[in-house]
Amino acid sequence: MSEIRVEQLSYAYDGNREVLSDVSFSVEPSETIGLIGANGAGKSTLLKILVGLLGKYRGQAEMGGLPVEKKHLRQIRAKTGYVFQDSESQLFLSTVYEDVAFGPRNYGYDEEEVDRRVMAALEQVHIGYLKDRQIYRMSGGQKKLAAIATVLSLTPEIILLDEPSIALDPRNRKNLIQIIGEMEGTKIIASHDLDMILDTCERTILLAGGKIIREGRTEDILTDEALLTANGLELPLSLGKRN
Amino acid sequence: MDRLQTAITALHEADAESGRRKSRSRLTPVARLIVCIGFLGVTVSFDKYNIAGLLSMSLYLIVTGIWEEISLWKGFSRLKYIFAVLLLLGIANIFYDRNVIMFLGGIPITGGMLSFVTLFLKGAFAVYGAYFLLLTVGIDRLCMALRKLKVPRMMVTVLLLTYRYLIVLLKEAQRMMQAYELRSFRHRGIHIRAWGDFPGLLLLRSMDRALQIYDSMLLRGYDGEFLYEMTERKAGWTISVLYMAGWLALFALLRSVPVFALVGKLFL
Repeated sequence: MSEIRVEQLSYAYDGNREVLSDVSFSVEPSETIGLIGANGAGKSTLLKILVGLLGKYRGQAEMGGLPVEKKHLRQIRAKTGYVFQDSESQLFLSTVYEDVAFGPRNYGYDEEEVDRRVMAALEQVHIGYLKDRQIYRMSGGQKKLAAIATVLSLTPEIILLDEPSIALDPRNRKNLIQIIGEMEGTKIIASHDLDMILDTCERTILLAGGKIIREGRTEDILTDEALLTANGLELPLSLGKRN
Repeated sequence: MDRLQTAITALHEADAESGRRKSRSRLTPVARLIVCIGFLGVTVSFDKYNIAGLLSMSLYLIVTGIWEEISLWKGFSRLKYIFAVLLLLGIANIFYDRNVIMFLGGIPITGGMLSFVTLFLKGAFAVYGAYFLLLTVGIDRLCMALRKLKVPRMMVTVLLLTYRYLIVLLKEAQRMMQAYELRSFRHRGIHIRAWGDFPGLLLLRSMDRALQIYDSMLLRGYDGEFLYEMTERKAGWTISVLYMAGWLALFALLRSVPVFALVGKLFL
């Protein structure tokens, strides 16, 4: 059974112009897929629908076998991690530890288990040494890793990452790619960073104007210069250099 | 550093300070909250001419300040605008109540002067009391304590989110101010033509950011309840009860016996 299943999904903000139109795809357990497309293609909207942040869509969406409906949201969110594009929006408590512990505490784990989960999540993204750091004193790269740790502390089966490499310097970006590679579970990565998609995803979906334009092996899509250019994208830098 | 940055830093520092204190304190947030409520209740209950009685309540602030290593001066600096408002609120008393109550070194002291001072002191003590509570407990545990005292969930949630969103609002305002200043040569502050757009845009942007933060909380299982069992289990109940009993008894004593006046008479 697919871990994520979307059938003829359409969505319009305030009932006006459709941002997503008849989108259908599925993701198998432990698969990592890339979601690419120019600005306004509908990538973030799609991810938000999958975790129930945007309701009233047409079509079907299932996460871990559960329809994305209000009555299943708590279960879906317990097994799904969502990393926001803007880490500042994801981190709202004073220290890294408190913020990473927020999720496990809300799900009722005892404090020993909370501590174990927090430390494991921080170690997974290699920032155990930052656990007592005030968030406002951290760099953009550190905040991004802390934001990912807040999600990992709930050991999600599905992880959705919205532009994870945005505003990261090369070293932090490389570090992030390695961490994403090490993360277990089913992953959808929405990004403009095609090099990162190339490094992390086996399969890619190209969205444009709210529709799926192409779906297939990442290498096949990201080497098709005509396809990318027609949809507001460019060849990944690493491939561009090769040509 | 601009004023907005100062305000943002002050809020972050307050969070950091409360984090450091709560990790070394064994007092429960509920005990601290009850003592603070007792302090506020007794402070405002003093008669409008009873300056000596009111001053005796400063014991709580002084002892807490020393014990918790909280700088009164730093607090004054952070809260100075509130104190200015308190002064403005009370100043009318001087003109309304001109009955001479006493003479101090030959100078007539009117009822208005005394009530002005007591009103200011009551306000200042209340503000300091709440400030100390926030610095020692932190906003999250304060909200948890309020819930334990059966304050409605909606009210507590509003308090918590208001505090969190205050930082968001300040940061958005700072971003907008910086963007504005970089493109407005020779202007100091915001030009009058932008006054209409600026607050509206600030509100919209802040709401957008606030919504994202709320979404982030929802996605991590937040449903309006606070689950900080660790604090309660690690906290020392015996010391908390003693702390509460001690302070509440002292407040009752200071309220019923004019301790400062009696001490003063010893020296006269």
